[in-house]
Amino acid sequence: MRTPILAALLSLVGLPALACETFTIGNLMIEHAWSRATIGAERPGVLYVEITNTGSADDALVGIATPVAGMPMLHETVVTDGVASMPHAMSVPVPAGQTVALAPGGYHGMLMGLTTTLKEGEGFPVTLTFRDAGEVTVPVEVLSMRAEGPDCEHAGQ
Amino acid sequence: MRLTTFQKALWAAAGLACLAYGTWVLVADPATPPRAEAAFRPVFSLPDAEGRIRTEADFAGKHLLMFFGFTSCPDVCPTTLSEVAQVMDDLGSDADKVQPIFISVDPVRDRRLGLAAYTSAFHPAILGLAGDEVQTRAAAESFHIYFERQDDPAAPDGYTMSHSPALYLIGPDGDWLRQFAYGTPASDILNDLRSRL
Ligand SMILES: [Cu+2]
Repeated sequence: MRTPILAALLSLVGLPALACETFTIGNLMIEHAWSRATIGAERPGVLYVEITNTGSADDALVGIATPVAGMPMLHETVVTDGVASMPHAMSVPVPAGQTVALAPGGYHGMLMGLTTTLKEGEGFPVTLTFRDAGEVTVPVEVLSMRAEGPDCEHAGQ
Repeated sequence: MRLTTFQKALWAAAGLACLAYGTWVLVADPATPPRAEAAFRPVFSLPDAEGRIRTEADFAGKHLLMFFGFTSCPDVCPTTLSEVAQVMDDLGSDADKVQPIFISVDPVRDRRLGLAAYTSAFHPAILGLAGDEVQTRAAAESFHIYFERQDDPAAPDGYTMSHSPALYLIGPDGDWLRQFAYGTPASDILNDLRSRL
């Protein structure tokens, strides 16, 4: 069951290719925020996003929040001696002058305690908290379960 | 710190396994699959979604593309299953010569959540198998792969799984052919398969 507020947030979706827009806070550029569709809400969802630090000072992503997940967390998939696990990451470094990607097989937002099924074509907001730059809320585009990332070349941005 | 704990757990698990089974290869080595005098022929015997026991013998004559994982895994497992799905699409008329199989290392929860709905969301050809603890452990040992339950208070049901994330290719006569390391592009897997079909 969706709250009216959540329904309103989810409906910010009619916009095509949400994941191809760029958002900025301070010297940080946020792009390509996407997630995969889920079957129901019992399994965790995922959040991927790219952050470019155009400034001269290091920053770090220290937290994520979203109305679609009761317990969102930063994780990092690591493959050690042929075994994959995904420990919690206290923060994701965003060094000066670099682009950091939360991307398949590495850092990701782990959306535990989903409050709704994530449906392909819909979207949801996520608030990223940076150590120095502060908070920014960006829309996340839900792609198919088979997606490996947004296809921004063909999005006519 | 967490790595140290994990490594300790690995060693503890390794010790127990060695005591229990004599020889148990903890983790498959990508470059050198285990070799014996005879060909290496990993086996499994696990129920599908309808409860029918499926074994490697059911698929004699086909190449098997095998993956061990769990469905509450939002990062590693969808990536690999997406690649498998892409390979199956791109195989075209040769797709019926390849059977992709997903073996759950979290079988009780995956049966509850629905394994077939999950695998078919990636590709209808992918067969999901989920047995009991003994059947699952036996299959993993036969493939020389590692998996372990890890307590995590933040995770759903209080735990998550670590596991070998590679894809394994078994030939039409049941021989181990090779593994594809996690992250191998679908096009590389496709080219390898095409050269064998
Ligand atoms: Cu995770």
